[in-house]
Amino acid sequence: MSKHQLDYLDELEAEAIYILREVAGQFEKPALLFSGGKDSITLVRLAEKAFRPGKFPFPLVHIDTGHNFIETIEYRDNMIKRIGEKLIVGHVQDSIDEGKVVEQKGKNASRNALQTVTLLDTIAKHQFDACIGGARRDEEKARAKERIFSVRDEFGQWDPKRQRPELWNIFNGKIHKGENVRVFPISNWTELDVWNYIRREKIDLPSIYFAHERDCITRNGQLMAASPFLNMDEDDIITKQNVRFRTVGDMTCTAAVESYAYHIDDIIDEISASKISERGARMDDKVSEAAMEDRKKGGYF
Amino acid sequence: MDILKFITAGSVDDGKSTLIGRLLYDSESILADQLEALHRSNRKNDDGSIDLAILTDGLKAEREQGITIDVAYKYFQTEKRKFIIADTPGHIQYTRNMVTGASNANLAIILIDARKGVIEQTTRHSFLISLLGLPQVVVCINKMDMVDYSEEVYNKIVADYKVLAEKVGLENVTYIPVSALKGDNIVYPSVNIGWYKGESLLHLLETIEIKIDDSKAHARFPVQWVVRPQTEELHDYRGYAGRVSSGSFKVDDKVTVLPSGFNSTIEKIELLDEEPEEAFAGMSVTIHLKDEIDISRGDILVNTHYQPEVSQQIEADLCWMDTRVLDTTHTYFIQHNSKVTRCRIQEVLYKVNINTLEKEYNEDFKLNDIGRIVIKTAEPLAFDLYQNNKANGGAIIIDSRTNVTVGALMLRATVE
Repeated sequence: MSKHQLDYLDELEAEAIYILREVAGQFEKPALLFSGGKDSITLVRLAEKAFRPGKFPFPLVHIDTGHNFIETIEYRDNMIKRIGEKLIVGHVQDSIDEGKVVEQKGKNASRNALQTVTLLDTIAKHQFDACIGGARRDEEKARAKERIFSVRDEFGQWDPKRQRPELWNIFNGKIHKGENVRVFPISNWTELDVWNYIRREKIDLPSIYFAHERDCITRNGQLMAASPFLNMDEDDIITKQNVRFRTVGDMTCTAAVESYAYHIDDIIDEISASKISERGARMDDKVSEAAMEDRKKGGYF
Repeated sequence: MDILKFITAGSVDDGKSTLIGRLLYDSESILADQLEALHRSNRKNDDGSIDLAILTDGLKAEREQGITIDVAYKYFQTEKRKFIIADTPGHIQYTRNMVTGASNANLAIILIDARKGVIEQTTRHSFLISLLGLPQVVVCINKMDMVDYSEEVYNKIVADYKVLAEKVGLENVTYIPVSALKGDNIVYPSVNIGWYKGESLLHLLETIEIKIDDSKAHARFPVQWVVRPQTEELHDYRGYAGRVSSGSFKVDDKVTVLPSGFNSTIEKIELLDEEPEEAFAGMSVTIHLKDEIDISRGDILVNTHYQPEVSQQIEADLCWMDTRVLDTTHTYFIQHNSKVTRCRIQEVLYKVNINTLEKEYNEDFKLNDIGRIVIKTAEPLAFDLYQNNKANGGAIIIDSRTNVTVGALMLRATVE
């Protein structure tokens, strides 16, 4: 490798920092959407590299379904204390109380779909013109076609046929009032890249990413964490399992995988050898083959 | 490990989707649940084998209409290298997508159907790749199984392509006879093509030197953001945040700020807690200067000894990307690195018929048209000629009425 050739992690990092700075330079009121998952935690680290010793030119925004893992919320609050940045929380419970959305019923009820409404309301309330998110193109095929600067109309909708061409590293962030842009700085990272970066940068993660013992039930062939938020009946048998989570979403839609990976090295080994893609553990994508595409058109991340 | 970004040029009929599917499948880059979905699908080849083209299928809208809308990005890696594929549709109405995909690639794979040879679309694809200045080209002559793996057919196509390559100005071209459907020479060397002594496609992609054409170019650093904490202990801190677009900067280098023309010296280079002595092309850093100068987003730091062009009137190649035709009386925006200013297309010198490469002089500049124009900008641009420095020689045009990106510019010369 020549002296002036960046290693892949350095190249991905430099690209993400560049994108974050473009957001800062081009928008009036940006925000960083923080889920508590490893991808948005990585974004926070990248924002530190982009803007320190200055403050972030945007607040962090968390859409809280109320069904989060307690470990995620603890992690979030500790992190905010450490980095000293502003956090805005949008509560799905508020959207339910205001009658804007109706809680799903039945065994597979989840608040995952409801959070789109809370997200759009939070964007409108604070007049955010750009929302930075941790989505990656390798996650899912609808995402494979999305731009790094993804313009949404005033209803938050994504129109795959009307995307702006994105040439070289020039990002066009010009929008009309009411529109906003979703920005994905780690679009070109794979799951393994994120893990390797977390290891290299020694980034602390919520404990549920690592193997632990937990009460689980099996549903639709997947292990789900037993919790008060999951509608359970007598058919659901609770067993103790050794598990970890590969993605961190709502407790009602994030499946666990059996695992004995207690350290990040174990996780990287596990993923390198893994035979199931990351979104394979998301119940929300299983509904139909075009599930993600449809949700994105409706304003989802 | 490094990253190779490549684009695949060809249409569905040439077996482009099958080629990408084969690369992913044979390099074992497909995970179990995706593989299961593949096997579950009803789409099969005539001989009953799985249709690998499914792996590159995108959106519901596309499956319903049997078309490819846009650029899709695919990721895979081997032990030697990481790869990013920009999969772009090859039909003429998608010229803008191919230009978009090519703008970020280090290498292009051009697919030719062995039964058809060099055809009109081969000319079009080759011209676009040359226009965008991709440093490496691999020509895959596909469907060799349908021509009995004939060396004669292959040699004829190679000879024809060499004429075309010379005409459009492509230099580093490699040729491989393949069958994406049967797997010949994609990941594994073919047993059916014994007369071919070269490498398989994947082996070539893994070992080819990535030509970062910008590494020899002069030092350029567009300023994206000024870091000014303005706290008590960091009262005078002022760092210029950006990404080195070409060349390299070292501490103590003499730099000039453009367009203002002020000179200074680099005091320090920062990346969070690190202080590297040098920042080279691709690195995102924060630079401190020894003098207090008024610098803001849109300015560019350059090596004082190697300065770029600074001009408000520029000749450029234009690819038009909007359904509304180019209006020479309208004021557009031009975005060049972090700089945005107003502009007008003053004159259309000619258009190029991208199928025949002939110049045309009819007026309307329509969607997917390519040609040479003269642009006038409201503020001066500090740019390099695209042929010398892609990173500082490309720009986009934005329609001020719709805010949409409507054109790609390759800046070619200052108009005196």
